[in-house]
Amino acid sequence: MSVSNEVLLDVQGLQKAYGSNQVLNGITTQIRRGEVVAIIGPSGCGKSTFLRSLNLLEEPTGGKILFEGTDITDPKVDINRHRQKIGMVFQQFNLFPHKTVKENIMLAPVTLKLMSKEEAEKTALELLKRVGLPDKADSYPDMLSGGQKQRIAIARSLAMNPDVMLFDEPTSALDPEMVGEVLELMQELAKSGMTMVVVTHEMGFAREVATRVLFIDEGKIQEENSPKEFFANPKNKRLQEFLSKTL
Amino acid sequence: MSLIEQFQFNFLDDSRWQFIVSGLKNTIIITFFAVLLGIFLGFVIAIVRSTHDKTGKLKILNVICRVYLTVIRGTPTMVQLLIVYYVIFATVDPGKIVVAIIAFGMNSAAYVAEIVRSGIMSIDQGQFEAGRSLGLNYTQTMTKIILPQAVKNILPALGNELIVLLKETSISGYIGLMDLTRGGDIIRSQTYSALFPLLAVAAIYLIIVCFLTYLVGRLERRLRTNERK
Repeated sequence: MSVSNEVLLDVQGLQKAYGSNQVLNGITTQIRRGEVVAIIGPSGCGKSTFLRSLNLLEEPTGGKILFEGTDITDPKVDINRHRQKIGMVFQQFNLFPHKTVKENIMLAPVTLKLMSKEEAEKTALELLKRVGLPDKADSYPDMLSGGQKQRIAIARSLAMNPDVMLFDEPTSALDPEMVGEVLELMQELAKSGMTMVVVTHEMGFAREVATRVLFIDEGKIQEENSPKEFFANPKNKRLQEFLSKTL
Repeated sequence: MSLIEQFQFNFLDDSRWQFIVSGLKNTIIITFFAVLLGIFLGFVIAIVRSTHDKTGKLKILNVICRVYLTVIRGTPTMVQLLIVYYVIFATVDPGKIVVAIIAFGMNSAAYVAEIVRSGIMSIDQGQFEAGRSLGLNYTQTMTKIILPQAVKNILPALGNELIVLLKETSISGYIGLMDLTRGGDIIRSQTYSALFPLLAVAAIYLIIVCFLTYLVGRLERRLRTNERK
């Protein structure tokens, strides 16, 4: 799948501070339709905060985020409407435990009146087939393995038909043998042309699936490049250290 | 007097059992409507308080709610009942039953509010974020995701509050209202025998409480099982 020139997310000088603690220190980057951007960096570097700022789960304290041309950091903008088009997958899955798998997927489209119950159910069953769990429609999340939960969470996000999906360390809470099934699904998503921003520790994924890799440290993008160059010729010193420790 | 004669004297002569029956009727009416009022008001207060805690909005309403909770929880229920009757409704008389419902309902609301708030706060923040990230607004996230889970968690505590409220209504006699307790006490004052009327009153409370406990337990189990089938 090729990357288009259409900019979906245009991040300009993004800042985030908690009191006097400056977590994001002016991040500027553009994410184009069809891109798969992997974000890596040491823990506490601000990579999760950056990702969570993109749909305003964290409110930036400076800078702008233009999503499909609209500045979503503007308080007058209806953020709920834009969030419908920005999917998010969490480290801890965050499935709704009081709803069945099918209901988890149907909840948002039905509540937001984007689909009738029947349409949403049809969509849910199709998505469950796509993530390889068609027989789990009526199960409750508590009965699923971590890998299954994350695949359902991805399906739930897909039900909103998002233009871009954010992944916040989607495999970090999984047992090692379940990481593969989730990464495989993400790879399949990438191939289908989904625009993805992925905070991850999976260097293999960054190398093989990503179209671009960002290294964030001390609240700034220290290096960004195609995965090939990024891993073969890291220029930033801290990135070199980081890679030598993780590879 | 034999036990049978005492029973006859206390309950059957002059149809004294009617004091118990009409007292019980009032106790049930007061408890039922006070619970409804308490739960409604309690939820409103809890939602105001936790919305403030989560978003920083509703500052003034939050202060009002906090003052309300402090006053209600910091003064005896009986004093509140007397104030509602003799001060707030000094000039208008909506009927003693209504006064009791308002007083007990307002009192219960303070306790329900804190139970509900603790239930809302016990739900993982990730649930909230998942809802918002899908494009649901604050209210939709609250009603579809947070509250259903919170209610399930606090059901035992709410059941307990219902039982406490039922027993609290036994002070209704202080505003001259004949509830179950006062009904039994009237019999005692007529027959000068305390044992039968008071034991009967205690037994009736006990039976109702056991029945309520059973109902809450069943409801709780039903809500639990649908998570693990």
